[in-house]
Amino acid sequence: MQEIVVLSGKGGTGKTVVLASFAALSQSKVLCDCDVDAADLHLLLRPTVRETHEFWGRPVADINLQQCSGCGLCLEVCRFGAIEDLRVNPLACEGCGLCARVCPLDAISMRDRLAGHWYVSRTRYGPLVHARLRAAQENSGKLVMAVRKRARELAQEMNARYILSDGPPGIGCPVISSLSGASMALIVTEPSLSGIHDLERVLGVCRHFGVSPLVCVNKYDLSEENSRRIEDHCGDVGVEVVGRIPFDPDVTRAIVQGLPVVETSVGAAAREIRALWEAIATCTVP
Amino acid sequence: MIISVASGKGGTGKTLVATSLALSLQDGTVQLLDCDVEEPDAHILLRPRFGSRCPVAVPVPRVDETRCTYCGSCSDACAFNSIAVMGRTVLLLPELCHGCGACAYLCPEGAITEEGREVGVVQAGRAGRVRFVHGRLAIGEAMAGPVIRAVKAWGDPRATVIIDAPPGTACPVVEAVRGSDFCLLVTEPTPFGLHDLTLAVALIRDLAIPCGVVINRDGVGDDAVERYCAEQSLPVLLRIPFDRRIAELYCRGLTLAEGMPEWRAAFRELFEKVRGLAPVGV
Repeated sequence: MQEIVVLSGKGGTGKTVVLASFAALSQSKVLCDCDVDAADLHLLLRPTVRETHEFWGRPVADINLQQCSGCGLCLEVCRFGAIEDLRVNPLACEGCGLCARVCPLDAISMRDRLAGHWYVSRTRYGPLVHARLRAAQENSGKLVMAVRKRARELAQEMNARYILSDGPPGIGCPVISSLSGASMALIVTEPSLSGIHDLERVLGVCRHFGVSPLVCVNKYDLSEENSRRIEDHCGDVGVEVVGRIPFDPDVTRAIVQGLPVVETSVGAAAREIRALWEAIATCTVP
Repeated sequence: MIISVASGKGGTGKTLVATSLALSLQDGTVQLLDCDVEEPDAHILLRPRFGSRCPVAVPVPRVDETRCTYCGSCSDACAFNSIAVMGRTVLLLPELCHGCGACAYLCPEGAITEEGREVGVVQAGRAGRVRFVHGRLAIGEAMAGPVIRAVKAWGDPRATVIIDAPPGTACPVVEAVRGSDFCLLVTEPTPFGLHDLTLAVALIRDLAIPCGVVINRDGVGDDAVERYCAEQSLPVLLRIPFDRRIAELYCRGLTLAEGMPEWRAAFRELFEKVRGLAPVGV
């Protein structure tokens, strides 16, 4: 079983568009949305939810003012500035619990907080495991791990060939959780200077965690010069560029229709995405 | 006044709006803080000359094993599983450590001291009139929070401060936008843009920050974002049409303020609208 995760560094380069098309093109797979923060894959795959699970994050401190003497020790030990006027700001509290441990009157308790939900759903393309982190929550990496774990179990039960994961933008906690231990990362980039800068950083993260990357340049014709720079850079660091998707208004039309572009269009972008999937399927033959 | 620029969805044009706004303002001190420390890109468009570079460190435990009795208080105290006592060994996983200090504070032998572990850097400089600060999370590091806090510590209360926030609605965004007087939410008129805008609006309203919308690539997609903004009484403060020339300028690393200077007036007007909507006195 091959676990392929689509990443980008920079947001909005086209990860979800590419992954939704892979869902339509591939056989024998479990789909997985590791972007638990601003997930969009469901808008194209239209899942029917079959299972809902709660995700509990790190607890948050709670001060019982009836027991509190106002000594201020909690305020003194908190490194996150989470205690203001003997009240806990849940947005700043990281759940370390030091305040609760040091309070001489045991006036502080640590309360569990519901940080989100994760789901197993059915789609026309196969099962989808996805999640929704509630706004302002941390620990998204742990939620990503829960989603990936369930996707792996399902893939084993079904004897699936692929787990296809849509990753989050950035290089931090949820990206690391999406990437570590995957078989391969496909980095979708764009030929802007920002895209190139962010590509270099996300390739660094792949190296750091020992996952081999492939690169695809989306909207490559917006700057052929920068696209060449990307290819040169990838050549220098030994990373293969497996796809060049042209700018094509059919892509936005497909998003508006709520479908993978390979199902709505026979245009240039859809053609390239088909070729890209063929290339990846060839690379990942066991 | 602090104006943050956020979006929910990535790649909608936050950085283009933040940098173009900063370059268009003519009066007073203007500061741009790039708080997207995972993928900081504003410097690519602003090309600042950096003057200073400060490491950002998280305090992590160091155990003096000559004093340690392996009692395990530290590992009981750690909510992040970054310190464990196994037999007569103390195992440290510093990359999981949030730097709360519980282990050191609660060690009955006083055997734990703390040392800084570098997780990123903050660089500060200037791009023309704009004072620029950004943070860069080190590759392989998970926690953006300490780096974002370090960038925000540079904020000048007398300046017009523009914060370029990371995408999403999770803790790094909250860290970036907390304390803002106004939040500009940049979106695009597609179902993806709308979905992530609704999440961002819920977050910003939770934080009780007044907000308005910038629609980028106006004309692609559909009109659902406009309808949503009308229903929610969210002011649409600027529309940037879809124009392949703008996309090509951005690819080359040029802001609207430089590449199409006629946009400067529109950004100044945007600033005046924000000033009218932000709480009085800022």
